[in-house]
Amino acid sequence: MAEATDKLLSRRDVQFCLHDWLNIGETTDAETVDAIIDLSARLAEEHFLSHYKASDTHEPSLDADGVHILPQIGEALGHYADAGLFAAGFAEELGGFDLPFLACAASFAHFAAANVATAAYPMLTAANARLIAAFGSPAQVEAFARPQIAGEWFGTMCLSEPQAGSSLAEIRTRAQPDGEDELGQRYRLQGNKMWISGGDQDVSGNIVHLVLAKVPGIDGKLPDGTAGLSLFIAPKILPDGARNDVSVAGLNHKMGYRGTANCLLNFGENNGAIGWLVGQPGEGLRQMFMMMNEARISVGLGAAALGYRSYLLSLQYAQERLQGRPMGVRDGEPVAIIHHPDVRRMLLSQKAYAEGSLALCLYCAKLVDAHGDPDSTALLDLLTPIAKTWPSEYGLAANDIAIQIHGGYGYTREFHVEQLWRDNRLNPIHEGTTGIQAMDLLGRKILRDGSALPLLKAKLEAAAKRAESIEELRGLAPSMLQAWSAIEACLQQLSDRPAERAFDNATPFLWAFGHVVLGWIWLEQAVTAARLDRSAETQAHFAEGKIRACRHFFDSELPKVAAWLCAVEAGSDTAATAPIETF
Amino acid sequence: MKILVPVKRVIDYNLKPRIKADGSGVDLANIKMSMNPFDEIALEEAVRIKEAGKAEEVVAVSIGPAKAGSDTLKSARAIGADRAIHVETDEEVEPLAVAKILKAIVDEEQPQLVIMGKQAIDDDNNQTGQMLAALLGRPQGTFASKVEIDGDHVAVTREVDGGLETVRLALPAVVTTDLRLNEPRFPALPNIIKAAKKPMSTKSPADYGVDTAPRLKTLKVAEPPVRQAGEIVPDVDTLVAKLKAMGAV
Ligand SMILES: Cc1cc2nc3c(=O)[nH]c(=O)nc-3n(C[C@H](O)[C@H](O)[C@H](O)COP(=O)(O)OP(=O)(O)OC[C@H]3O[C@@H](n4cnc5c(N)ncnc54)[C@H](O)[C@@H]3O)c2cc1C
Repeated sequence: MAEATDKLLSRRDVQFCLHDWLNIGETTDAETVDAIIDLSARLAEEHFLSHYKASDTHEPSLDADGVHILPQIGEALGHYADAGLFAAGFAEELGGFDLPFLACAASFAHFAAANVATAAYPMLTAANARLIAAFGSPAQVEAFARPQIAGEWFGTMCLSEPQAGSSLAEIRTRAQPDGEDELGQRYRLQGNKMWISGGDQDVSGNIVHLVLAKVPGIDGKLPDGTAGLSLFIAPKILPDGARNDVSVAGLNHKMGYRGTANCLLNFGENNGAIGWLVGQPGEGLRQMFMMMNEARISVGLGAAALGYRSYLLSLQYAQERLQGRPMGVRDGEPVAIIHHPDVRRMLLSQKAYAEGSLALCLYCAKLVDAHGDPDSTALLDLLTPIAKTWPSEYGLAANDIAIQIHGGYGYTREFHVEQLWRDNRLNPIHEGTTGIQAMDLLGRKILRDGSALPLLKAKLEAAAKRAESIEELRGLAPSMLQAWSAIEACLQQLSDRPAERAFDNATPFLWAFGHVVLGWIWLEQAVTAARLDRSAETQAHFAEGKIRACRHFFDSELPKVAAWLCAVEAGSDTAATAPIETF
Repeated sequence: MKILVPVKRVIDYNLKPRIKADGSGVDLANIKMSMNPFDEIALEEAVRIKEAGKAEEVVAVSIGPAKAGSDTLKSARAIGADRAIHVETDEEVEPLAVAKILKAIVDEEQPQLVIMGKQAIDDDNNQTGQMLAALLGRPQGTFASKVEIDGDHVAVTREVDGGLETVRLALPAVVTTDLRLNEPRFPALPNIIKAAKKPMSTKSPADYGVDTAPRLKTLKVAEPPVRQAGEIVPDVDTLVAKLKAMGAV
């Protein structure tokens, strides 16, 4: 069982994933990893959790000087920088510590659980610096990536525009060539960027915007589609100390994630914002895609962490709240609500969702570290839409249940669970909506090139074999393999269908596929748990908890796969072809 | 100046200990273990003295199982100890034996100052520092809330019943720390990574000729009794009557 002192994630569970299951010690010194996790948990609790409510009630504000955010956010990020955590995953020659992504992910999950809005700043900064480090020139790396790795400057990702969200082909920001200097090909940028997280704030020395824009052709027109997109570095303050031509046109007032200032940025209201091209023209989207897996896993991880904390809060609340009596008992003292079967059902669902989400993201983080191995990369590409979407949808489901377990109290702002729900509600939207992920999974990852499917199937079969050899897990694996066969059969049908109808039910397909993947992740965990030394009582309880959550997932969740596949398999176009007038 | 800081690996202070079903002790399997908080304060103080240019070397010592070396002494080096000595033993070592081992190490290392926690939070003995000072025949300043090095002396402000007392000790000396002495730092990532490269020597109690056989026998470990619910009585007479009925007066 989680300790009452586990406020963010269960320490035992994180250790279980990293050591017992994913064997992080094979690549990284185990005690160093533990020290980093302990540091992260402590820092997150003391400096991120402490302003969780305040960052929700004191939204960022905008005046003539720019955007102001809650000072505690700046302080927390100062501690994060002092601890060296901005640099954790970067190479030593960049001032980093060369930690594997798995260790960074496990560390980051604590900050996201404590205060996802504050944690968004370093997450974006790391993503930004990673892109520059991968594709920028040495001078650009020195000038723009290093200060971010040191945590002195923060970074943003400027993709979206008011008219360009899911479809980046619609981007209209224009980049006009403007000579060349030691930082590379210089351009003048003009356009409006919408939804920019961390677009402005008053806590970092500078802000490095990474901007997707199009270079006009000789006719002055912007190229169509995404092939014409290029990536530019446009800092808020230029190397000579002057302000770049980037201004905040407004703040978006969000339902959650409020500590992260979300801006509408205008580039080039005057002479054009200066931006330096990263790599080659027209490579922008490809460059973004190369870093996409990590970015999407980080979103999934944040969603998992938010669901996880709401589970721990409900678990504690359910043991404290006295209400009602056991079935058939009329008098005597009321019992804690955890004694009611329906509350335990909710808790076990939360556990299955939250721990399953975390485990999935950590598994994928390990695949990121194995980038030298083509099979791991192929498997990662296939699993990434699930790692982004499943925690976003089911971490949120865990948040929803948390409100339910808290009853009326959960509906008030005095408790954290409603805010956790609001915060997590973003995750199915940004970094590719669930619908977009569904098309990525079915289209790019399966129908276009399904070569990763046999790799996943082999993982399922291997886990099934191990599970069948363990007495207390026997009988679970066949239902997972059966669900997999149903997926395969469904894909057969889809590939026979005209291409324009194949995506009618892409999202239910993603749900089904996601649940099978999670069934496998749960079976992996159950097998690992069954093999733990269970002589100590606490260990026995922990292992039994894992096995029960696995069983619950197989009993109550896996059967949904068949229902979702029904519509996909039957090629139902009831919704897809419904005339607009019939709505 | 060299400072020696003994640190103990104990159950994390945030955790509620769980008693083993057979009452033989506390269930520590896969439980978070940390550096004894008082020792963390001692180490922080030693590192601050070094940072202030008043000491050249901080040496951390831990007596305990393998993990005391790989975890506790690694975090000691991450916080700022320059080197570590691990006296490895799986036995429970009682305060007197700890003090004897530390005496042997002090004889070998000749530190000017030993700073240690006033007690370990697992057994709450509050004995080792005093025993060590006695074995060494050195002055002691216990329950320190302020430590100031002044040439070949150290001024120690002590938390005593009813106030503060300052003693001035001739070095070499032994100081034990109280909670208010300082607020220990987080070991930062670069230091965590560097810690693994700082030297550590591994010894056994036998290397110091100390017999660690326990002199105490634990009969039973049990939860403290649950506090009974109170009751509000209307007046003094009822109170007296109740107390009489309970046989309390
Ligand atoms: C709080 C917040 C922070 C953000 N931070 C950033 C940031 O830092 N940088 C940045 O660049 N962007 C950021 N975004 C933008 C975010 O990535 C977009 O909101 C997201 O990509 C969706 O775009 P949209 O809002 O325009 O919705 P739309 O694209 O208009 O989508 C609306 C709905 O239509 C569906 N839909 C759209 N196209 C299709 C299709 N072809 N097929 C099927 N369904 C479709 C979607 O799934 C969705 O349900 C942020 C957004 C928010 C809310």
